[in-house]
Amino acid sequence: MTPEAEFHQRDRDLHPPAYTPVYKTSVLRSPRVPLWSLQNSLSEVTGPTFTPDDLGPLDNDLIRNYAKSGEPIGEQTIVHGYVLDGNGRPVVNTLVEVWQANAGGRYRHRNDTYIAPIDPNFGGCGRMLTDESGHYFFRTIKPGAYPFRNRVNSWRPAHIHYSVFGTGFAQRLITQMYFEGDPLIPHDSIIATIPDKSAAERLIALLDLNASRPLECLAYRFDIVLRGRRQTFFENKLQGS
Amino acid sequence: MKAIPFSLSYLPETPSQTAGPYVHIGLIPKQAGFEIFENNFSGNIAGPGVVGERITIEGRIFDGTGHSAKDVLVETWQANAAGRYNHAADSQDKELDKGFRGWARTGTDFATGVYTIRTIKPGCVAGRKGRKTMAPHVNFWLASRGINIGLATRMYFGDEETANLDDPVLNIIEQPGRRETLVAPRSERDGTVIYTFDIYLQGDRETVFFDV
Repeated sequence: MTPEAEFHQRDRDLHPPAYTPVYKTSVLRSPRVPLWSLQNSLSEVTGPTFTPDDLGPLDNDLIRNYAKSGEPIGEQTIVHGYVLDGNGRPVVNTLVEVWQANAGGRYRHRNDTYIAPIDPNFGGCGRMLTDESGHYFFRTIKPGAYPFRNRVNSWRPAHIHYSVFGTGFAQRLITQMYFEGDPLIPHDSIIATIPDKSAAERLIALLDLNASRPLECLAYRFDIVLRGRRQTFFENKLQGS
Repeated sequence: MKAIPFSLSYLPETPSQTAGPYVHIGLIPKQAGFEIFENNFSGNIAGPGVVGERITIEGRIFDGTGHSAKDVLVETWQANAAGRYNHAADSQDKELDKGFRGWARTGTDFATGVYTIRTIKPGCVAGRKGRKTMAPHVNFWLASRGINIGLATRMYFGDEETANLDDPVLNIIEQPGRRETLVAPRSERDGTVIYTFDIYLQGDRETVFFDV
């Protein structure tokens, strides 16, 4: 499994299609012509790499990385997990970026006008590199639900947005993580874009009492799987032989 | 169509979800309206030590009604001026430019809808074994509200007509007219070289997107 090996074909049945009328914005932002399938070249099996020099010491601590006059209000939470590829191998030193609303469901963004207040001590973004076992973790405030203009009364479940790179640009992925037991999940129009129910369930982080800190904070576990690489055997086109 | 059976013990890929309208908070916090990280990623990647011709890539991204989308994340990945990627998997016998990561990130402007990337023009990269060399190109990846799974495309250069005619990827596109959606015309403005790459998500002028 060498770094130049091609990636497995993406299983598009596990992902939301582009055109999903249940989520209205997708209707005008989805291509009508099918995607052209492209066998991997160097342009797809390579991708940007990042080092600890790109990051600051508090980048994975959302409780402290924007604290001005004290700590942010809300449920202090650890979120952790592994980034693996489809072959079950850890994806090491890859950049994981997260962003989210505050405890009241309000985003620190100039375009968010929801009535819930901004928390002066909460920014809502963080980033980290996975370690040698593919593990990542960050500390945050559990986000609140918030309304959005899809149907008249659409509410997003509590969620954290994720961006992950992997080792090749073809593995690039943005997704969202939800929290176990949230009653809004079955009503959500965004998670409903995923036709495969078992695939959608893999976006739900599980309460992880073993990783919690007694008398301090709870923890959730969220593993991410990126595309695997082909076995090379005898006919890897990129490597030749 | 059937998913790969779990009994083969491959792990299924984590499903994609839209980046949403507030993608800037996590990936371009300055555009969201605040400062938080010491080092910010940007769309300006041609630092002073980087070898190559300085170019600006700019354009807008249009939805199915012809209006420009003003909340789109744009990322690009490209080789250096010698045609080599800054990555362990690229073993071409070409000079590596260590100060050039090759990756840019920006967003379309909230007011104008224009995205801007300041970079260098990439060299030609080897094609798959047995295939022709690829024409110079920049790999694009788009994510935003309303886009459920990131869209991959490529930008080719309008002043590389001969190389473009031979490019193995452009040539898999069945309709020759649609290849033109990937070719950005070159112009100059105040001494700056501009490639204008407008992307049409849907409709008569729809850009070619790839399943890579």
